[in-house]
This record gives sequence, C-alpha cells and structure tokens, in this order.
Amino acid sequence: MTAAAGVDTALQRLRDAAARLSGRQVTFMEVCGTHTMSIARLGLKALFPPNVQLVSGPGCPVCVTPQGVIDRMVALARVPGATVCTFGDMLRVPGTESSLERERASGARIRVVYSPLEALAHAEAHPGEQVIFLGVGFETTAPAIAQTLRQAKAKRVANFTAAVAGKVVPPALHALLSDDDVALDGLLCPGHVSVIIGAKVYGFIPAEFGVPCAVAGFEAAEILLGLASLCEQIAAGRATVENLYREWVRPEGNRRAQAVIDEVLLTADAEWRGIGVIPLSGYSLRPAWRDFDAFERFGIPEMHAPEPRGCRCGEVLKGVTQPRDCGIFGTHCTPQHPVGPCMVSSEGSCAAEFKYGGR
Amino acid sequence: MCLAIPARVLSVEDEVATVDLEGTRLHVNLSLVEGVAPGDHVLIHAGFALEVLSDADAQELAFYRERMRALGAQESMS
Ligand code: SF4
Repeated sequence: MTAAAGVDTALQRLRDAAARLSGRQVTFMEVCGTHTMSIARLGLKALFPPNVQLVSGPGCPVCVTPQGVIDRMVALARVPGATVCTFGDMLRVPGTESSLERERASGARIRVVYSPLEALAHAEAHPGEQVIFLGVGFETTAPAIAQTLRQAKAKRVANFTAAVAGKVVPPALHALLSDDDVALDGLLCPGHVSVIIGAKVYGFIPAEFGVPCAVAGFEAAEILLGLASLCEQIAAGRATVENLYREWVRPEGNRRAQAVIDEVLLTADAEWRGIGVIPLSGYSLRPAWRDFDAFERFGIPEMHAPEPRGCRCGEVLKGVTQPRDCGIFGTHCTPQHPVGPCMVSSEGSCAAEFKYGGR
Repeated sequence: MCLAIPARVLSVEDEVATVDLEGTRLHVNLSLVEGVAPGDHVLIHAGFALEVLSDADAQELAFYRERMRALGAQESMS
C-alpha cells in the first residue's frame, strides 16, 4: 500500500510541476544506464505528462568504450598464458573482428567476475597464469579497481595486471552540454556515481549552463520525484543541484574512496564512443603503478577503429537519436546479434528499448 | 554496471563484513568505508561497500524496500 501511495504521490507531483510549465516542452536526460533500465522495466515513460520527454545519455560504461579499446582487450585475450577476468557485460561487445566471447569459444581463458577481488584471488591461486582484469566502469567502480591494485601491490602478486579503461562522468556532461546538437532542459544525475563523487560536483551544470540537476535513486517514486524537481526548478526560474538520494549520497561524496582512486589512478584525456576525445575524462594508472598496466606489460599498442557501419550508438549516447531511429534497430541489430554495444550491454539504451519498448 | 545494492551487516571481521542480501550471505570488503558495525546497512558494488548507513537511518531504507516489494507486486499484476 505504501508503495503505490509513494508512486502516486510522486506522479502527482510530477504532473503538477509539469502543468506549471504552461505548455512548454522540456527534454531531460537520464545520464545513468541503471536509470535507463529501471525506467524501461517499470514502464515509467507511459506515465509522463505529454510535455516531458526523457532521453538516455552516455551512462553505460560498456557502451561508451570505443571500438579500439575493445580491440585491445581482444588482443589481451590472445596473449599466451593469459587469463582475462571481466565483468559479464563486456563479453559480447563486438570489436572490429572479434569479441571476448568469440575468443573464449576459440580457446582463450576468459572468466566473468563480479568483483576485481575475485580476479586477484584467482591470480594468487594460479601463479602460472597471467591474470588480467579488464577495468571498465565509471567512478562507482574505480575505487574497487584501485583498491584491488593496492592489495595486489601490498601482497606482491606478480602475475596480476589491469587494463584500465574507466571513465569519469562530469567532464562528459560538460562536453555534452557544450555540444550544439544537444539541447537539454535538465539532468537526472547518476545515483551511484554520485555516492563516490558527491552531489556538489554537478554545481558547474546550473552555474555554467543554467541547467537544473537532480540526483535520484532508482525506484519508480524516486525517479518521478527527480523529474518533478527538474520541472519545479524550471517553473520557479531557478537551476540548482537537488540531492534526492540523501540516504547514500553526501554532498562531498565518499572521501576515502576518492583518496584510494587518487593514489592509484589519474585522469587523462579519453575517447568516448560517438562523442570523441573529452579532456580529463578517463582513468589511467599513475606512473608509479605502471607495473600493473596490462597493455604495457604485454605490449598492446593503442588502437583506433571506426564504429560499425550503420550503428548510431554515438548519437544514441548523446541523446540526439532514439534507438528506434537507427536504421538497423531490431532488424540487423538485435540482442542476439548485436551490431553496437548499446544493444549488448544490459544497460544499453537500444537493449532497453528492444526488451521493453512495447510497454 | 553502476548497479549497487544495499544489504544489512551481520558481522564484521577485520576489513570484511558478512552481509545478508535477501537471505543470501555474502562477504563484502569494507576498506572504502569507515566505522561499520553489525546492524548497519552498506551499499555494495563489485564486492566493496561504497557507503554505510547507520542502523537508525536504515529504518528509512526498510521503508524503501517495502515500497519496492509492493511495486514489484503491482508490476506483475499489470
Ligand atoms: S540499434 Fe544497434 S546498430 Fe543501431 S545504434 Fe543501437 S546498437 Fe547501434
């Protein structure tokens, strides 16, 4: 009973706030892939007032990993004696001529892990293998990767390395809002990235772009309240960062986790699929940690590759093209035979639309 | 991939907590958070606790959980 009441109240609040926009059409973006999935699974879009549109953003770490990086990971899987440990989402992402899944089918040792600590434990238990952890993820995942490397160093585990290809969200939001193709009236900021970096860091978005932000959780009522906050801010002519996920998100984030990241990783310019190179938007290992760099240890050079033909993931990730507008959505590109990562990852916008779009 | 889930801490030993996740017992690394005690709730991602919620504040979370459960029921009815 409480639940339904919570959703009803939140929905009413969104409707009231949207009505106060006097017919103005607003477009908001949910930055985070976990939000994308929740919204699709719960069928929330059907409940929105007609003048509120929500588009998905670049918030799926697998989806924004460029093709060239996938190719490098495939190259790592081919290193003799290597055991590649990865989060499951990466397995089926197609590289230029192969994927991790295909490498596994042709004999590569690839293990799906839930935590980088599992990869480290595997390395300790199998000193004869070169264990490589594929470090993809946003700020949410970065402290886990950094802390695991600290443990590896402390325990002197010589057969453990990481292929760090993580990304940092705020610079991408800055790039997105600076893009002339993108016109957004508000941002639903990622809940779990914010647990680490805090709500305060989004302050530049209202300040520089006049765009309101709401940090929200992942349940129906929380998402609806986040959108209501954005409408209310616009109606009142103000733009701030409203933190609606206070039970887990502090204004300054998790300082201890930030310090762990900072000890091991630095931020460098990084390529985002479809968006291009964004200054200081990716993690790489600090010079003192180079011994743990898988790409360096196994001599895998930087690689660059064009996106697959016909795939509009890049535009989908910027929110300027909707999945169904991609010419091969649901025909050549399906979850069984994905062309782009947005269709593979459980959090990709194309996968969400394919699975729940009819609802 | 940024999915993180809350769970209740049953016991703490060194830097590892045993938590109860809807009936399943899991070990969670506590090195990224401070001052975790049995009864607290932790937000778990990739084997690590990312944040702690004291027992008292978790009452609120129990309310959320309840809401989520009812939501699930609602969803399967529609
Ligand atoms: S439908 Fe497939 S090919 Fe088209 S943008 Fe999405 S992932 Fe890329």
